[in-house]
Amino acid sequence: MPTVLERLNFALQHVMETDQRVYLLGEDILDPYGGAFKVTRGLSTRFPERVLTTPISESAIVGICNGMAMRGLRPVAEIMFGDFVTLIADQLINHAAKFRWMYNDQVRVPLVVRAPMGGRRGYGPTHSQSLEKLFLGVPGLRVIAPNSLADPADLLESAILQDEGPILFIEHKLLYTCPLLEAGKGDLADLQIEKIGLQNPAYILRFTASAQADLTIAAYGYNFELARAAALKLAYEYEVFAEIVLFSQLSPFELSPLFDSVRRTKRLLTVEEGTLTLGWGAEVAAQAASVVPNLKIRRAAALDLPIGNAKTLEDAILPSLDKIIQLALETRA
Amino acid sequence: MIRTVWFGSGEFVRLLLCYIMPAVTNTQGIMYICDCDGYNSNLMTQNYDLFRCMLLIRQFEERALAEFSAGKLFGTTHAYIGQEADAAAIFSVAGPDDIVWSNHRCHGHFLAYGGDPYKLAAELMGKATGLVGGRGGSQHIHWRNFYSNGIQGGIVPVATGMALAQKVQKSANIAMVFCGDGTLGEGTLYESLNIAALWHLPILFIVEDNHYAQTTPIEKGVSGSIPARFEAFGIKAFEQDSSDVLILRPTACEAFQYVRNHGQPAGLILHTYRFAAHSKGDDPRDRETIAKLRAEFDPLSIHAPRLSSAELEQAEAEVAAVIDDAFQRAYADPFPLLQ
Repeated sequence: MPTVLERLNFALQHVMETDQRVYLLGEDILDPYGGAFKVTRGLSTRFPERVLTTPISESAIVGICNGMAMRGLRPVAEIMFGDFVTLIADQLINHAAKFRWMYNDQVRVPLVVRAPMGGRRGYGPTHSQSLEKLFLGVPGLRVIAPNSLADPADLLESAILQDEGPILFIEHKLLYTCPLLEAGKGDLADLQIEKIGLQNPAYILRFTASAQADLTIAAYGYNFELARAAALKLAYEYEVFAEIVLFSQLSPFELSPLFDSVRRTKRLLTVEEGTLTLGWGAEVAAQAASVVPNLKIRRAAALDLPIGNAKTLEDAILPSLDKIIQLALETRA
Repeated sequence: MIRTVWFGSGEFVRLLLCYIMPAVTNTQGIMYICDCDGYNSNLMTQNYDLFRCMLLIRQFEERALAEFSAGKLFGTTHAYIGQEADAAAIFSVAGPDDIVWSNHRCHGHFLAYGGDPYKLAAELMGKATGLVGGRGGSQHIHWRNFYSNGIQGGIVPVATGMALAQKVQKSANIAMVFCGDGTLGEGTLYESLNIAALWHLPILFIVEDNHYAQTTPIEKGVSGSIPARFEAFGIKAFEQDSSDVLILRPTACEAFQYVRNHGQPAGLILHTYRFAAHSKGDDPRDRETIAKLRAEFDPLSIHAPRLSSAELEQAEAEVAAVIDDAFQRAYADPFPLLQ
């Protein structure tokens, strides 16, 4: 199966081929380099007029894309490291996300900002973070995170061409090399999959052999890889059967698939790589708790610390598989 | 003789003078009728319309401030009083479909652009009939190709992106963005200058230096030279220090022509004076100094002697009627309800 990286690159090739309004802007995205994580590789060779390499000016990149989007184009901005979204916060929050509503629905801002997030590569405190939580709950801004189950090409293509934007598209660095999953094979051999929604779908994964799940695990992006590994281990080693609810869209919140699951399991574990306090899982848990009284909740997330460079520190700070399993078992205690 | 009928219909015939001037062709082969040399001529229509435009801005702003003082308006406003000649000059030479990005002090720009004073008054009041249905208020408005936002600096890359869109869509229109001396403190402005120069974008960066960023005098806010900021990026800077609309106009025209005909960015630096507070009552400046500035640099007083007393009376009467009508109608309108 192709990797997430290959699918994202395919999506960009495809939309640029089919729609002349699509422009890519970002730092170091020209061939032969093709972007820091190679998502834009080959594009500047095929579409030299519409792949624009920029100075190191994240705020202006996104501001310019805002202006382009409002005047009939479909710009895609690449932010080299997701950590740099702090530099585009004003453009996303006070400009892109505001314009449509504050101009009384008279304009559209079909803009996609792609940002590689996440750690576990030893890049240290300012190149390893998962800062998407800072942009969740911003009215007018959609936040999407691809995963290895939903085809990332579909997510990205629909973000660029179908959505009226703006969209922050969060790509975990470790996800790039993950192959897409195939139903009924590999990790999915013992799982059945329910897809909810067409655009930016959510998924519920259940063990085919188990009629009743013991626990709901909510995750998105790369953390679906950890959640899945945890669910398999819990099933095979502890005979605890989890349902995984996987989200492609993080904001606005659309949690009805999760509510269905926690109504059955009465237990919820959220898994994310951002810091624990006031994170994605906190809001997911709060909303789930308002639906299911006496819901048992645990949250796996990064410690409230910068991410250390040393592997020992990084491993201790980011949520590990062991930690996820431990928290899952706590919901059963 | 072409007469501006720009309220009621909501239109302002901005290229008034150009109609009688020789035609030039820009780089994209689109004909623009404009000749900067002609702008010093003292045609009555021109002088009347410029005066009327400035008077409309002045009276709109004074009315808005009065309504705030009377407790009839809620929220905030940023008056353009003292700077009217900038807007009148610029919009008398701007193209009808050029893109305009304005800032918190946007009423003067909007009215000179040809915007409807009634729709603006309604927006200030937060009425459903306002420009953006009461959602934006004084500093967040949009109509046709006119946009404003209350974030210093942030509008500059957005305008730059619109200039890029114009360029790739092979439009003859250019973008303009209004900044103040205070905006020069924002980093994203310099990011935008750099990229606009690198990519040869048709955008005019207008700096209205009114000598104060809210309450901070320029001596405490802006180091070095303003034109040198542009020139450092290889961007041509046009500069004028005047409150006389007839002196500002040829400079503005040159700047617009340069951007339009060369497809290059330019800076237009206009030194001016703000007579009113930054917002409503927040003016710690010495009143005597302001009064002296007003005596010397009031664009209306400078321009009025070029009109006959009959014309002045006519302008006063017309503008008073427009403003009264705008505010009275807007007051009668309903507030929006959240759907």
